[in-house]
Amino acid sequence: MTNRSFDNARVWRMGADVDTDALAPGAYMKHGLEVIGWHCLEAVRSDFASGVREGDVIVAEANFGIGSSREQAAGVLRHLGLAAVIAPSYSGLYFRNAFNLGLLLLTCPDADKIEEGERVGVTFEGDTPVVIRPNGQPLACAAIPEFLMDMVDAGGLLPLLKQRKPA
Amino acid sequence: MSAAVSQTLAQKLIARASGRAHVAVGEVVTCKVDLAMFHDSSGPRRLKPMLDELGAEIWDKNKVVLVLDHYVPAQDADAQKIIQIARDTAKQWKLPHVIDSEGICHVVLPERGHLKPGMFCVGGDSHSPTGGAFGCYMFGIGATEMLGVCVTGQIWVQVPRTLRMHWSGRLQRGVSAKDMMLHMVGRFGMNGGQYQAVEFAGPAVQALSMAERMTLSNMSAEMGAQAGLIAADETTLKYLRGVGVDPAHLTGSEQWHTDEDAEFEQHCFDACTLSPQVAAPHSPANTRDVGEFADVQPNIAYIGACTGAKLEDLRAAASVLKGQRVAAGVQLMVAPASAREQAQATQEGVMQTLLDAGATVLPNSCGACAGYGATFPEGSTVISTTARNFKGRMGPASVNVYLASPYTVAASALRGRISDAREVLA
Repeated sequence: MTNRSFDNARVWRMGADVDTDALAPGAYMKHGLEVIGWHCLEAVRSDFASGVREGDVIVAEANFGIGSSREQAAGVLRHLGLAAVIAPSYSGLYFRNAFNLGLLLLTCPDADKIEEGERVGVTFEGDTPVVIRPNGQPLACAAIPEFLMDMVDAGGLLPLLKQRKPA
Repeated sequence: MSAAVSQTLAQKLIARASGRAHVAVGEVVTCKVDLAMFHDSSGPRRLKPMLDELGAEIWDKNKVVLVLDHYVPAQDADAQKIIQIARDTAKQWKLPHVIDSEGICHVVLPERGHLKPGMFCVGGDSHSPTGGAFGCYMFGIGATEMLGVCVTGQIWVQVPRTLRMHWSGRLQRGVSAKDMMLHMVGRFGMNGGQYQAVEFAGPAVQALSMAERMTLSNMSAEMGAQAGLIAADETTLKYLRGVGVDPAHLTGSEQWHTDEDAEFEQHCFDACTLSPQVAAPHSPANTRDVGEFADVQPNIAYIGACTGAKLEDLRAAASVLKGQRVAAGVQLMVAPASAREQAQATQEGVMQTLLDAGATVLPNSCGACAGYGATFPEGSTVISTTARNFKGRMGPASVNVYLASPYTVAASALRGRISDAREVLA
């Protein structure tokens, strides 16, 4: 089984209702993820796109990803190297898109305990992820069905369909 | 034989699509897709490279509808390229159902008779719940998930709970489905639907035309619901026969309703006491009565989008503006949601009324609402019939967008400040 745990992930705190149009602004939707990435979240957090590094995580308040079906809003976070998003709730449509693109979303009711800039880890107890804060405090997350974790392991639905394609 | 299990409309639609007699809330099932719709942005430019990479083909071309509405007419070379990919791919794939530059997907889909009660449909656009107005289970998905549908003809869903919004009474003149929806989004919030099924019911809903019902289902997206359903009735069937659906395909439509003893969560509203609603920047949930915004002076009044520029919306605006001109300093823009609806509005004199009031008429496309091309200039204050007023969606972050009904947008254009159409119509 794939080792899904990671640690030492730097936290970017965001507020509630972060929308798809902030994640993937409409004016750049003509372009690919590289260009969208330069402008990701510029309307709500202008230091993000230039400062984000491989392995960082976003920790947000409720309703992350509301709005459009544009999956670039999830794809751009994988493109920028985010290890996961941690929030108490997501738009249902964004939730599907994220897993289809291999982006791990952790549904964590106590996400508000996590602070800007701290380093968190994530471990899995079976299908249940747990966020570990620097002081060792564990924050339980909702279980993720295996068929969704298969997509995260494969890197998304497209690679998964390729793996499963009959030879 | 055991008695049939009571089910909600959502459960019945999903049960049928998953080949089961009944389904339980919370279980994950795989459904056969009766129709998949995608557009120039979410469709060929994203799907073709992935299908080619897989060496796969569309499972059933007859069940696919491609609509060119987001990047048309092209504003620049990049947009032109995206449109060209859509047109070339449509030819290469020999797609039988392509609607090019003739209107917005959620409006042209039923207009061409593609939706019928009982169907299970997906759309590559977040406002796809619009199809729920026709008694279909329809929801929005992203391009990669659409790839999965195109390859397999199937998709998984978790059977949702149903939140039934029961509206008694009747709307006052100058109050519309948009106001009902802004009120509900304000009350429950943008994720209040929790990706469950919302169902609209009651005398005030049954009294609505199909266009108005579509507005309810459309903005279920702004409530965070997966689907926004309305059981089919005579109004539905009359509309569908009118757009040329074979009556033989409509038999049995009455089975697609929620059993009264099924389990659902009900919320009650009184249409009689509803005032026009306005959602202030930058959230559709930021809603209050129109009277609280009398000091806001918009310089742009926008009547557009799948949410707010259908024939009925144009008629509503014209009823307010008839024989008058918009206030100095206000630019009125009208982007009718489809070419057919615009033609009908022209025939009825509605377009002439809007032109006489000073309107600029824009193409039948998503236009400024999607924010993909022409948007509003820096610092604009906009009152708009569209569905979303997120910061930076319809222009620079300095643009302030207020959402309202076509009545309210027209009344506000007329008076130069956000106004209650009931006063104008009185």
